[in-house]
Amino acid sequence: MATTRFINDRGLTARMTLVLFLLGAIFVALIVGLMYIFPSYAVLIGFVGLGIAWYQWYKSDTLALKAMRAREVTPQEAPELHGVIDRLCALADMPKPRVAIAYTDMPNAFATGRSPSHSAVCVTTGILDRLTAEEMEGVLAHELSHVAHRDVLVMTVAASAGIIAGMATRGAQYGAIFGGGDRRDSNNNNGIPVWILVLALSLVVYAVSFFLTRLLSRYRELCADRSGAYLTQKPSALASALTKISGEIASIPTKDLRETQPMNAFFIAPAVSGMTLKTLTSTHPSLEERLEQLARVSAELGKPMDGGFPSAGLGL
Amino acid sequence: MGIWDALTGRTKPVRANLDALFSLPSAAITLQTAAAFQPTGVGSVCYRAAEGAAFAQTQRDVVALLDNDDDPDVESSTDSFGFTWLVARQHPEDLPALVTDLHTVNTSLEAQGFGSSLLCSMVGFADAGGRRLGLVYLYKQGTFYPFAPQGPQQRDNLLEIQVRDLLKDDLPVEPQLSRWMPLWGAPGL
Repeated sequence: MATTRFINDRGLTARMTLVLFLLGAIFVALIVGLMYIFPSYAVLIGFVGLGIAWYQWYKSDTLALKAMRAREVTPQEAPELHGVIDRLCALADMPKPRVAIAYTDMPNAFATGRSPSHSAVCVTTGILDRLTAEEMEGVLAHELSHVAHRDVLVMTVAASAGIIAGMATRGAQYGAIFGGGDRRDSNNNNGIPVWILVLALSLVVYAVSFFLTRLLSRYRELCADRSGAYLTQKPSALASALTKISGEIASIPTKDLRETQPMNAFFIAPAVSGMTLKTLTSTHPSLEERLEQLARVSAELGKPMDGGFPSAGLGL
Repeated sequence: MGIWDALTGRTKPVRANLDALFSLPSAAITLQTAAAFQPTGVGSVCYRAAEGAAFAQTQRDVVALLDNDDDPDVESSTDSFGFTWLVARQHPEDLPALVTDLHTVNTSLEAQGFGSSLLCSMVGFADAGGRRLGLVYLYKQGTFYPFAPQGPQQRDNLLEIQVRDLLKDDLPVEPQLSRWMPLWGAPGL
């Protein structure tokens, strides 16, 4: 007898596995390429890059909270918020993260931390003011899913190729200014300076890694939506919260009118429908995509199940 | 959770563990003899109601099943956190019947695929001095912990620790004190 309503979403898993594989592949390609053109420094660049990635991951909770100017709150200061998180953690059987509030009117919430036991969930006063208790719970469940899925770790590892490529790009530019000619090695007989090869390789890796990590980030958001909706059993509360938040954020433009005017010339019609530069580079999936998935979860929860309790009218 | 779950972003909902509920009657005897706490005959199940027709139907069915006898009817209420409480009442002497009621709620929800929405079950106790004590069963852990409210937002930690030490042979008691969550204003306590 099936006793869970937790459906597998094979399509999403398959796409995400492919992206993870490609990210790993370009990481290997970058290291091999660097070692080929640049044998003496490749290992050093790799280690420093990995060190930066490791630091970002290890210190992620304090760094993110500081960047948002968030303050950790005790159960006495925010009893409602702590109460909701307490219950969600008991439902999900996970350790309770630290709870922080950022005093800004922008409606937002995020989770960070290197592992479920060293994590923090932060909400802004803006989101607390705008959402009802039920919607807030949906948002917190989404953030707790990020913690449970170790998304900070996954995204840091995924981004490490990009970080190393970025460093190599910097190094190559540096080499260009200060006479990269000194750093030729024996492989390089045909006269092309080494730094051009390094620059080209790392720019390509950086660009590919940029799009792949954004793609991965969008998949992780969808995963967190799904798990959060199953945790609270109320997909519609999260859907309503997302609509509220994104409606408010999207309706307020961030760019100056004069600044966007020349750009509009290029955006008369998207080249490929449904795949604009914006959808390729955004870290979050579109609202429609998220609402559609939540509707699927909702339908799954509403379905009667075989082999369970007999339905009414059988004379209980 | 394993590496694969983290990579795919798929945490399986934790399954509820229902079996340990039946060790409550023997623990109640220990509480009566050693601490003079008597069962009040009131027990409750706390769960997260899912949206949609399937859950509403399941809940109606289980309430109808429990009400279909001579004992007092089941009461249902929703708390400020959006969790639903089903409160069952039985004669204080008949703790096994109460535990069976609670177990019926659990198995019915689980059979319909809502096992992951169960939060906790609680059985109430009281002593002659009017002190109240709830034994709370955490499904996701399969463990019990005592909850003794004292006034609106205070708990009697001394009593809770005493009860833990008394019951550690009868029940699986939750070892991590951080999981002993208060249930302020829980119906039936």
